[in-house]
Amino acid sequence: MSKDFLRISPAFEDVMPAEYRELVASGPYGKGYGISDLGSHKELLEEHPLCAGCGLALSLRLTLSVLPAPEDTVIVGSTGCSALAFPQVALHNIHSLFGNQNAVASGLKRALKLRFPDKHKDVVVVAGDGATADIGLDMVMQSWFRGELITTIMLDNEAYANTGGQESGMSPKGAVLYMAPKGKKFQKVNMPELAREAGCVYVAAVSPANPKRLGKAIKRAILVAREVGPTYVQIFAPCPTNFKFKPQETIKRIKEREKDGTYLMREYISPEAQEYLAAMEGGTKDE
Amino acid sequence: MSITPYRVLVGPEGYLPPAAASRGILLPEKGEALIEGAIVPEEEAMQAIATKLLSAKNPFFFPGPQLLWDWKEGVALKAQAVKKLADLAGARVIPMPDYRPKYPMINPAVEINPNHPNLTIWHNKIDVCVFIGVHCHYANMALKIIRGGTSCYTIALCGEAGHEDAMISLCCMGMPELARLTEIIQSMKGEQAA
Ligand SMILES: Cc1ncc(C[n+]2csc(CCOP(=O)(O)OP(=O)(O)O)c2C)c(N)n1
Ligand code: SF4
Ligand SMILES: [Mg+2]
Repeated sequence: MSKDFLRISPAFEDVMPAEYRELVASGPYGKGYGISDLGSHKELLEEHPLCAGCGLALSLRLTLSVLPAPEDTVIVGSTGCSALAFPQVALHNIHSLFGNQNAVASGLKRALKLRFPDKHKDVVVVAGDGATADIGLDMVMQSWFRGELITTIMLDNEAYANTGGQESGMSPKGAVLYMAPKGKKFQKVNMPELAREAGCVYVAAVSPANPKRLGKAIKRAILVAREVGPTYVQIFAPCPTNFKFKPQETIKRIKEREKDGTYLMREYISPEAQEYLAAMEGGTKDE
Repeated sequence: MSITPYRVLVGPEGYLPPAAASRGILLPEKGEALIEGAIVPEEEAMQAIATKLLSAKNPFFFPGPQLLWDWKEGVALKAQAVKKLADLAGARVIPMPDYRPKYPMINPAVEINPNHPNLTIWHNKIDVCVFIGVHCHYANMALKIIRGGTSCYTIALCGEAGHEDAMISLCCMGMPELARLTEIIQSMKGEQAA
């Protein structure tokens, strides 16, 4: 099906770099792939410059592998570590000014609706915790109050990683970072609860330690945002570089935090969203 | 302010050359073209392009996404005509499949990127290049970077309004114009051989 969506002009087939030919031959466009299809096709993200063991990189790989319609998806990003991966992602992507991502996404979604009235164009915000819960909180909340049909995904590494380790609203109380040596003085912001109160009709907190659950949440959030209302997914994506743990321990860290109750995984589905999903999920892959 | 008119000449012009439009270079009308900033008849520019390509040591065509991807009716045919033109001119082809500022690096042997086109020019030692099928803003940006940092002579075969940042630019480039340019190169080659 990628072949129907993406075709190289035959005269230039031989000079196209292999990466593009592979995307045409076995990319995920139009296929409706899920987590269990990973390894069987050319992925949207393969190389990236993020650190070894980066929770963001792992979460992005999983997130991109379950987009319901990658060919009709635009990702709106913000400054931060995840932004460094996007030049290598084979999707439409807008890098917005730090903190403005939900405002940009709102305008984009409305414009796409006018331009393609008969088609679902999925606008998905992917940004860090600093961009979402601190500096862009105003834009994020206002987009939810207005009921914008967009999905907001927070990659929560509990710090401003890209600028060298400052505390964010999402850092846990007591967190000590390179540029927060005295330890954070207040609690982690309860964003899932804020999202629900602000009008999100689907809210989930997930992690790459449970890829199937993560995949299901992303799919649900994007589908629900097509017609029912704004949605929010928070992905716990720890940062080995700033929290000084070994790269191979990322998943272990997540599991420990889940076990000791300091990172709660959860899912909230409004009754309208529930009804919509029941109809949608009848015929789609359950992941 | 300088009273000498600005000319779009081969570089390296230095870091951050001005946008030619900001120095008073105007776009051509249909039937016209630009040579180094001056408006000339289209036919004269086609002759100049043929001369440049046939006297180049290492000419390359850089087709952009509008031509590389078979996204609407007519594109595949146009791509075929451009390939024929490049072959006739003895030019090789390096594609610009999209505009992502691929980080940390691209492979300059097999692709060109508008955000750092100089890498491909330097790597392949390209002395004359032809842009075709690249969206306007990315073409202008890349042409400016090439003028700033390399000594490559730039030519734009533009389907729309033309590119004032190229050293030679045609506008309104459709199939008839491609055929005419091919014919000119063909006959110039014949004369050279004779
Ligand atoms: C308007 C603006 N303010 C501040 C910055 C500096 N800045 C760049 S990245 C960043 C922190 C990003 O933190 P987060 O959103 O959590 O992303 P992470 O790097 O942790 O993934 C900041 C403050 C900026 N680039 N632009
Ligand atoms: S600093 Fe942390 S969040 Fe950023 S790329 Fe490295 S591991 Fe990932
Ligand atoms: Mg962060």
